[in-house]
Amino acid sequence: MTGKTLYDKVWDSHVVKQYDDGSALLYIDRHLVQEVSSPQAFDGLVEAGRPMRRPDKHIAVADHAVPTRLRHLPMPDGLASRQVSRLMRNVEKFGVPYIDMNDRRHGIVHVIGPELGFTLPGVTLVCGDSHTSTHGAFGAIAFGIGASECETVFATQALRQRKQKRMRVWLDGSLGVGVSVKDIILALIAKIGTGGGFGYAIEYAGSAVAELSMEARMTLCNMTIEAGSRVGMVAVDGTTMDYVKGRPLAPAGELWERAVAEWRDLRSDDDAEFDREIRLDVSQIAPHVSWGTTPEETVPVTGQVPDPAAEPDPARRARLQKSIDYMGLAPNTPLRDIAIDRVFIGSCTNGRIEDLRKAASVVEGRRVAAGVSGIVVPGSASVRIQAEAEGLDRIFKDAGFEWRDSGCSMCVAMNDDRLAEGERCASTSNRNFEGRQGKGGRTHLMSPEMAAAAAVMGRLADVRQLKG
Amino acid sequence: MQKFTILTSVAAPLRETHLDTDVIFPARFLLLPDKKGLGEQLFNERRTNRTGEGPRFVLDTPPFDKAQILVTGNAFGTGSSREQAVWALADFGIRCVIAASFGEIFFANCVKNGVLAIVLDEAAHEAVMKESESGRPLTIDLAAAQIRFEDGTTLAFDIDPHRKRTLLEGLDEIGLILTDDGDEIAAFEARQRAEKPWLYLSDEQVAVLRQP
Ligand code: SF4
Repeated sequence: MTGKTLYDKVWDSHVVKQYDDGSALLYIDRHLVQEVSSPQAFDGLVEAGRPMRRPDKHIAVADHAVPTRLRHLPMPDGLASRQVSRLMRNVEKFGVPYIDMNDRRHGIVHVIGPELGFTLPGVTLVCGDSHTSTHGAFGAIAFGIGASECETVFATQALRQRKQKRMRVWLDGSLGVGVSVKDIILALIAKIGTGGGFGYAIEYAGSAVAELSMEARMTLCNMTIEAGSRVGMVAVDGTTMDYVKGRPLAPAGELWERAVAEWRDLRSDDDAEFDREIRLDVSQIAPHVSWGTTPEETVPVTGQVPDPAAEPDPARRARLQKSIDYMGLAPNTPLRDIAIDRVFIGSCTNGRIEDLRKAASVVEGRRVAAGVSGIVVPGSASVRIQAEAEGLDRIFKDAGFEWRDSGCSMCVAMNDDRLAEGERCASTSNRNFEGRQGKGGRTHLMSPEMAAAAAVMGRLADVRQLKG
Repeated sequence: MQKFTILTSVAAPLRETHLDTDVIFPARFLLLPDKKGLGEQLFNERRTNRTGEGPRFVLDTPPFDKAQILVTGNAFGTGSSREQAVWALADFGIRCVIAASFGEIFFANCVKNGVLAIVLDEAAHEAVMKESESGRPLTIDLAAAQIRFEDGTTLAFDIDPHRKRTLLEGLDEIGLILTDDGDEIAAFEARQRAEKPWLYLSDEQVAVLRQP
């Protein structure tokens, strides 16, 4: 018998029932609830007169629509404040634990789940949010769902799912100076495309992954959805255990020992088989920057905007042209000649303490270029508090950045942090879709170091040239 | 849930690829409280000229403004999990989306709302796209898993049996799980709790969590 993959192990241990058609009813251990995808799910329960099966399996937080400044004041009345109050009413009614925006534990769902120890190795975890793949960094099966499935989880604590095929992405070698895990995932997406992961659960393996911190593994798994796959995973090792130990909702004492004994097996067996394997030598990866309106439209910062005229396939040529037009760029422009207006450092991809440290190390002793405005939005209050204890806030503020409270902010532009029409932004978030950071706004995705370099230079820049 | 059996309608040809859910339903409208009326915001940024002279977005161009079928390119509905993308399509009147490939969460969301998402291979996809562009109606027969053109041409499509039954019968999935599998879920929980008690928060942990 061949061995099992990590994905198979976690899957098999959560099958409540196997159906004839090959799908299975999967038990869901954890559900993170936010204000945008939950209202209709709560309404559905009320309309059907159904109870919530287990309120203790959910944690709710408002992260998308909340302001990132002047939080001590009531939110101005409007759709956003009404969406947040609606969540508060719903959690009250159903008894779901809720974390207020002024709580020290507040933050983006995908940042606080791990911080609280709610995210644990080997669990199944869902959220009405596609970047739920983040939590796979803990050897969990974590995936995004729609509002209807949120309602199913509320009512049944289970979901009918089909098993994915398995893909393993081997990452070997060591990252160069100024290159980060964000560049790895951008390079992978550029290589396999935004549909490259359709139908697969991806496991990241190899020596480069073993060396990554949990924060970096979360960045990697987070953007797996941009490669088309709902699930990205990393095997459990000492780094995972060290991160989880002592978290408020993690097991302690004798239970910790029992859990660790189980978690040690959360890795793919040596003889496990995958449906597809890809290898990347990360030492060959340069800092990457997206130039277009899908994450696969990404090139090394040393490159240039592509020329549609050189694309033989008419459909692809049309697509390139559309992106170039939206982005207001000319073909063949070197990326490093592209001037920017705004900088956003934050999001569930790059709003963790390590990200802020890296950005601060580039910014320190420098100034944000004239005409550029930048905001730094910690992914959680605890990241903010830690950063302030380390003096990172001062570094950013001295350089001319605004220092904000936690939330999704300009990643999704549902609060008042947004680009104006035509503005160009160097962003550490995960999506460069049309209008993602505000109607008509133009997003270039990159790592925190690279966004910091862009802020200082006033244009897209290669952080490696700045560092020396 | 609304059943899906047979549908005959003109099909709106949208010859574009990578239309993500941010394009289908821009994020700022996610603050709207109701599902009803979201069709107004469907593809909002593309629909700059809804009723005037000059070129309009396909869904504002007769006869496609009444289309119940949308035909589009690969990677449709990738990105954000927002179910509003499907609600907006359904509210506009779209009951069937045909594409070369779909974002997975979008695909899963469709069936929950009685919307049939069909994936076709390149040749079949191009044939359906051309037929749509002619303005002639298509017939989608879910029971037979066929797309029929006015001239009698028939194309088969693949659909997972459970998805098919859910749509044909308009099944309430939650109700089904509760009645058919409720005991199994309870038994699973009891077993898991005994074997892996750390997956169940203790009363103290829940209390800590509830403390502001
Ligand atoms: S930070 Fe951005 S991608 Fe992450 S959960 Fe918030 S809106 Fe979604």
